[in-house]
Amino acid sequence: MTVKAPQDTRVVVGMSGGVDSSVAAYLLKEQGYDVIGIFMKNWDDTDENGFCTATEDYEDVIRVCNQIGIPYYAVNFEKQYWDKVFTYFLEEYKAGRTPNPDVMCNKEIKFKAFLEHALSLGADYLATGHYAQVEHTENGETKMLRGKDNNKDQTYFLNQLNQDQLSKVMFPIGHMEKKKVREIALEAGLATATKKDSTGICFIGERNFKEFLGQYLPAQPGSMETLEGVKMGSHDGLMYYTIGQRQGLGIGGAGDPWFVIGKDLDKNILYVGQNINHDALFSDSLSAVNLSFTSGNAPTGTLECTAKFRYRQADVKVSVEFIGDEAIVTFAEPVRAITPGQAVVFYDGEECLGGGTIDRVFKNGARLEYVG
Amino acid sequence: MNRIYLDHAATSPVHPEVVEAFAGALGTVYGNPSSIHSSGRTARKALDDARRVFAESINAGDAEIIITSGGTEADNLAIFGTAAKKQGKHIITSAIEHHAVLHACAKLEREGYEVTYLPVDVNGRVEAEDVKKALRDDTILVTVMLGNNEVGTMQPIAEIGELLKGTDVTFHTDAVQAYGILPIDVETLNVDLLSVSAHKLNGPKGIGFLYQRKGTQLAPQLIGGEQERKRRAGTENVPGVIAFAKAVAISLEEKEEKWALYNGFKEMFKAILEGEGVNFYENGSHQMPHILNLSIPGIDIESFLVNLDLAGISASSGSACTAGSIDPSHVLVAMYGEKAEQSRNSIRFSFGIGLTEQDIIQAAEKTAQISKRLALK
Repeated sequence: MTVKAPQDTRVVVGMSGGVDSSVAAYLLKEQGYDVIGIFMKNWDDTDENGFCTATEDYEDVIRVCNQIGIPYYAVNFEKQYWDKVFTYFLEEYKAGRTPNPDVMCNKEIKFKAFLEHALSLGADYLATGHYAQVEHTENGETKMLRGKDNNKDQTYFLNQLNQDQLSKVMFPIGHMEKKKVREIALEAGLATATKKDSTGICFIGERNFKEFLGQYLPAQPGSMETLEGVKMGSHDGLMYYTIGQRQGLGIGGAGDPWFVIGKDLDKNILYVGQNINHDALFSDSLSAVNLSFTSGNAPTGTLECTAKFRYRQADVKVSVEFIGDEAIVTFAEPVRAITPGQAVVFYDGEECLGGGTIDRVFKNGARLEYVG
Repeated sequence: MNRIYLDHAATSPVHPEVVEAFAGALGTVYGNPSSIHSSGRTARKALDDARRVFAESINAGDAEIIITSGGTEADNLAIFGTAAKKQGKHIITSAIEHHAVLHACAKLEREGYEVTYLPVDVNGRVEAEDVKKALRDDTILVTVMLGNNEVGTMQPIAEIGELLKGTDVTFHTDAVQAYGILPIDVETLNVDLLSVSAHKLNGPKGIGFLYQRKGTQLAPQLIGGEQERKRRAGTENVPGVIAFAKAVAISLEEKEEKWALYNGFKEMFKAILEGEGVNFYENGSHQMPHILNLSIPGIDIESFLVNLDLAGISASSGSACTAGSIDPSHVLVAMYGEKAEQSRNSIRFSFGIGLTEQDIIQAAEKTAQISKRLALK
């Protein structure tokens, strides 16, 4: 592959209206690339006053692109997002699991539909403001590495990307600390320099999660019990709770705080237990499905590596065996609150190898009955 | 890069002579037309002269012209002004009107009026007969546009005017896109109200007028001073009016020449696409010559428009939502139905002053290249 000069290399930057993608676009422009900023509209949340988060964010994209001096456009993926991400999101909740829509969004929207859109505009690369890095090896492969800012690393959400996608991706701020990104934005006077980071699931935003989910799925209140069958209260609907959760149970009083330790979908019971380190919260292995490896091939034999079971968690040493389309992941030490529906992501040192979706959870060779 | 502007229906460049008239007026004609001194009289004369030009351009009387801030205000004044003045709760419009009409009607609907939205055929035409069928005893207003801004289809306004003759129903037409292109005579059309905007015919933005047939009931919507015979308060935008009148004078002189020229551009554009083997078809019939709306199967409009822009060609489709993405055009939806592919693969090219054959050839060739590349995918 011949390497084109920056001025002959067209890069589409996915711009969200946040500081990270603003700086990504700014840096590429400074490096001389032919940069185009594009805003993705995936969700319409226009309220009765005509207020729409997407409009506010797009206004910021316009300001920043005008400051940098690059053309800007928008593209609508509401339908694709609904079909591929939101439908999955609801299905998972219906099944009593805790889905990760960001992983799905990266896989199906940002690095698929949006990447195709970018390529249709003659782009050589798609760039985003993710905290992750790509490394092109001599034999033409592309590896994905953790973002330099350990606290911000987003490879967890990018675990489903394949060679095809990674070879066309740029992460211009992946080698920086968040603090540095803010500094660059401030120095360049970008309109989003002090804008606060978005939190939570993008389509829910700052809204009440329970209220939001209740609009789409019927909630069935039921009983809240200990594993021993002692009734502790009632729950508002199993989908509102996730394994290991402490808030919102409404059980107070003396002694240790209470946590969600499991759900029985058939009986509509929410199991709770006392103490953050309740024994029932711990497991020693899991099975994962929807496996994807950045190299394109699942490793043969047993994979000794580290893994994350949720975003921002410290790595755990694991060994992974592959049986058909499933992986059995065994932990070097018990891990708390493994949650079906979330991603399990594998690492070899700094490299993110890929990942899958947590399906079942085990302890001492037996499936934890009420998890997932 | 040489940019080719093919979006004259969205807005048009100001004619150099209009720029001159505008700049000159800004510097010298500063008086308030209502003032009783010499500066006021100078402004008043300029205003009256311009009004004469507007009136003559549509075969109307001077007193029948209400100068407004543009097409939207003229449409709003026509609709809200009629509703406020007349008894009756029923309005007839079409599904393909500009939002300045559609959203005004929708507002009245929320306030208790009943609105009939006439359908259009696959070519984007309203049937005059449908207007007749929709008429009720309490119908106060029929508002149908003269020429559609998206697909360019001319509507049977004279026919509708004929069948409304002798009724109490007020007949309004939004002529914003047609004015300056079509010959317009309010007597032939039999309209009571007609909206016009300057920026579509190489005049400045922020100025337009509403023709109000003598005796047509209309309540003012801007209340204040006694300008425009108490029908539209606010100190007149005199330099804008002067510039607008200049633009109108030029457009009247060049109308026939433009008609032939733009039709030629249209044929040339289509011939090049055909020659390049692009699979396309034209949306609409009975068209104004400056609008060419093409459906190109296999392309997606959001990618197509950006590709054209990156290649130096400005064109458009539907309308952008506030978050920048393109909403399906309500006009194409009315023509082809909710799920039709045309609302995802249609593009509007519109012609105007300053374009050369060379520009059209270049634009058509680039359009062909991009169409073929995207349709291949």
